Amino acid sequence: MNVGEFLRRFWDRLIAHVDVPLFLITLTIMLFGLSTVYSATYDGSNRTAAQMMNMLLGLSVMWGVAQLPPQKLMRFGVPLYVLGVVLLVLVYLFGIKVNGSKRWLSIGITRIQPSEILKIAMPLMLAWYFHKHEAALKLRHYVVACLLLVVPFAMIAKQPDLGTAILVGAAGFYVIFFAGLPWKVIVGLLAAAGGAAPFVWTLLHDYQRKRILTLIDPSADPLGAGYHIIQSTIAIGSGGPFGKGWLSGTQTHLEFIPERHTDFIFAVFSEERGLLGNTLLVTLYLALIGRGLMISANASTLFARILAGSITLSFFTYAFVNMGMVSGILPVVGVPLPFMSYGGTALVTLFLALGILMSIQTHRMLVKK
Amino acid sequence: MMRFKGALAHKFAESPILQLRLPAWRSRLMALLILSCFGVLLGRSFYLQVLNNDFLQEKGESRYRRDLEVSASRGRIADRNGDVLAISTPMKSVWAIPADARLTPEQAKQLAQLLEIDGKELARKLASDKSFIFLQRQIPPDVAERIAALKLPGIGQNKEYRRYYPTGEMTAHMVGFTGVDDKGLEGVELAFQGQLLGHPGSRSVIKDRRGQIVEDVGSIKPPQDGRDIRLSLDSKIQYLAYSQLKQAISDNKAKAGGAVVLDARTGEILALANWPTYNPNNRESLSGAQLRNRAVTDTFEPGSTLKPFTAALALEKGKFRFDSIIDTAPGRLTIGKATISDSHAHGLLTVAQIIQKSSNVGAAKMAATLAPQEMWDMFDAVGFGQVPRLGFPGEVGGRLRPWKTWRPIEQATMSYGHGISVSLMQLVRAYTVFARDGDLIPLTLTRAESPFVQGVPVFSPQTAREVRAMLEMAVQPGGTAPKAQIPGYRVAGKTGTAHKLEGGQYANKYVSSFVGFAPASEPRLIVAVMIDEPGTGRHYGGDVAGPVFSAVMSGSLRTLGIAPDAPLQVAQSPAAKEKL
Repeated sequence: MNVGEFLRRFWDRLIAHVDVPLFLITLTIMLFGLSTVYSATYDGSNRTAAQMMNMLLGLSVMWGVAQLPPQKLMRFGVPLYVLGVVLLVLVYLFGIKVNGSKRWLSIGITRIQPSEILKIAMPLMLAWYFHKHEAALKLRHYVVACLLLVVPFAMIAKQPDLGTAILVGAAGFYVIFFAGLPWKVIVGLLAAAGGAAPFVWTLLHDYQRKRILTLIDPSADPLGAGYHIIQSTIAIGSGGPFGKGWLSGTQTHLEFIPERHTDFIFAVFSEERGLLGNTLLVTLYLALIGRGLMISANASTLFARILAGSITLSFFTYAFVNMGMVSGILPVVGVPLPFMSYGGTALVTLFLALGILMSIQTHRMLVKK
Repeated sequence: MMRFKGALAHKFAESPILQLRLPAWRSRLMALLILSCFGVLLGRSFYLQVLNNDFLQEKGESRYRRDLEVSASRGRIADRNGDVLAISTPMKSVWAIPADARLTPEQAKQLAQLLEIDGKELARKLASDKSFIFLQRQIPPDVAERIAALKLPGIGQNKEYRRYYPTGEMTAHMVGFTGVDDKGLEGVELAFQGQLLGHPGSRSVIKDRRGQIVEDVGSIKPPQDGRDIRLSLDSKIQYLAYSQLKQAISDNKAKAGGAVVLDARTGEILALANWPTYNPNNRESLSGAQLRNRAVTDTFEPGSTLKPFTAALALEKGKFRFDSIIDTAPGRLTIGKATISDSHAHGLLTVAQIIQKSSNVGAAKMAATLAPQEMWDMFDAVGFGQVPRLGFPGEVGGRLRPWKTWRPIEQATMSYGHGISVSLMQLVRAYTVFARDGDLIPLTLTRAESPFVQGVPVFSPQTAREVRAMLEMAVQPGGTAPKAQIPGYRVAGKTGTAHKLEGGQYANKYVSSFVGFAPASEPRLIVAVMIDEPGTGRHYGGDVAGPVFSAVMSGSLRTLGIAPDAPLQVAQSPAAKEKL
């Protein structure tokens, strides 16, 4: 076996469980993200290298997960879910309070955010649940699924961390949706949500209500709650059709955009790349989602199908909620822009999800090669 | 391998057994949802980036672009030789934004020390609920640098200019001073405010969110420093005038005084001194009396210094000649109910001698031959009753009543300078007609470009020459002011000793004055001295003001290097001089 042969085999082995289209789309988004992180941080503490490390870590996680067949992944559903919920209870009991919310658990050397686990555990769990009862799905299964969804959702929302709660809830809801939640139930749920809205309003924290009100009229409190929205819309708007050019976003570099390398990175991107860049980015996300849905449609089991669908729609939710909030059409919630925002944990979670998609796509054959 | 071929091509999804339900409406709904969401995003993007681009860009700029005022320096005031009389030096003012100024006790202590204010005072200021306060204005640059080095939060500095007057009280009335905001309040500072004032420029800078300047975009409008003013004043002559006046006032226990030195050829004011004066650099305790620029703002009855004008008019009108004889005996003259008198009875005097001896009766007799209107026209022509318009605050024109209201006695007293009032500045200017060939020239505070100015004729050159000769006699032995003489120069001049009017009555207080020029052969300088209320018993102009004139004039002539025009007499002992 010569070296060429070895390399060829190695390469084959390397990409055996990598979905190339999905990977290329993600890579492109990541490069956009990396360049934007550089632009947002180069004149301060540069995060580009750290983000590259995060990406490498994420890629390895993705590769590793992609090697596991969906059947094996399914086994993680229950334990991961249980672990997540237990940790959430621990957070509730012993969590560390940062900026008024209890989201973290100290485990000696570092802090972990258990709600992050549920972003993956929730769809895994519910997909497993529906898969298990696939043969005879009855209404009570939907009810149980809803309960499985609502408990962690409420716990996370209570921390309070509305952004993560919405993402976890959405991921779970998509599973139920793909599992064939009857139309009537969907309408019923929507009606119930509408009816509960005033009640939910009273349950919201002051700052959460403020965020929603701010969305309606950002100028009501320009230095307080409206500050983020006003600054980011100004940044986006001043980008114009073609943007100010890379590293030339004045709002960014003069530090008018808050959290410009994390949750508000879209404002930086938008200011520097303009409408053209935005269109490209949205197209890339659309491609990512399209590919994800194709994988879902081609999946071999109910579990794989609804898991892939849920993950894909989660990507959509992340992207839409983030860009929507930054451009001022959705309330401000802490949702990072997938594969763009700086941040290790979120990135690793995203790659994990990506790995699951790839696993589903590459393990469709009846028989292994 | 072939065995698996079919299997490889066969996907679970295509297996009818494994065909899973995802009804068409569900996937369509989903696709629609996703597309419309992204559509909304792009729509929003279009709305912000295309439709509202200009507006938002402007709003963005307004967040980081700031126009800063760049202070401009006020123009310097210099004397005719370029010696600086007023200059603006850059200073720093230290301000605080109390809400941001959270200092540690140690920092507060350091700051208080550098600002030289009490720690409690500083604490009180920083506790203020105002959004901006000055902690200390106009501190020296080195202290400002040390404060800046402390990098205190909420404490800032800005550049200000402080006006400094190197010559202090000596030139106080001439130069004046400025108040806050570079506004001229007195003297030349006020008169030339328009030229001296600098116009602040502005610069555009980019500030980041924390308000720190990150980039200097450029100058929108460069600051325009005020223009420098070159005065007609000569510091050396000013010093002479000031110091001699001060000395004379002290020697004579006088209340106040003024002295003016004029260039007879150009109308330039070479010196303007008043006493009392003040230090313009420290105006904490400043009285109105100190502030008064008496030579310009105060009028007095000039007394005998007006007699030459009466004589000149009489000569001009052909009523008398230089040597016409007038009988002044017995030294008294009754007009209506009033009687005017001379200090000594002189008997028969020529017109020249009337000036030399300063006879009131003689002047009144000359005036009696003149029509009131003729006299009024002459007084008006030499500038009495008119504000000189030099630009000084509070300039006055004196009192010259309309001739129609003159009673004969009034016309008579006006001929020797009573019943009329002038300022010292008006008087010195009026004398240009004698120092020159009968023409009156305007005065100027700034250095003249041309060495000679053409005036407005008042008297003929012949008359001017004859009056000059009379005025020369007045300072010679037999005249009223031999003390006004200067060795080596021919001097011409006239004394004035006027009773002061107080509440409509002539009190036993005097204003002693002397106006003269030299060299008499070709007059260059006119010096006028006025001493208010000499208090030692001596009050004659020749005794009180004459010596001041002499000292100032001789010093000025030497300063300017003007050639002597008289044979230097063999030095006489003061005693011998006194005998004359």
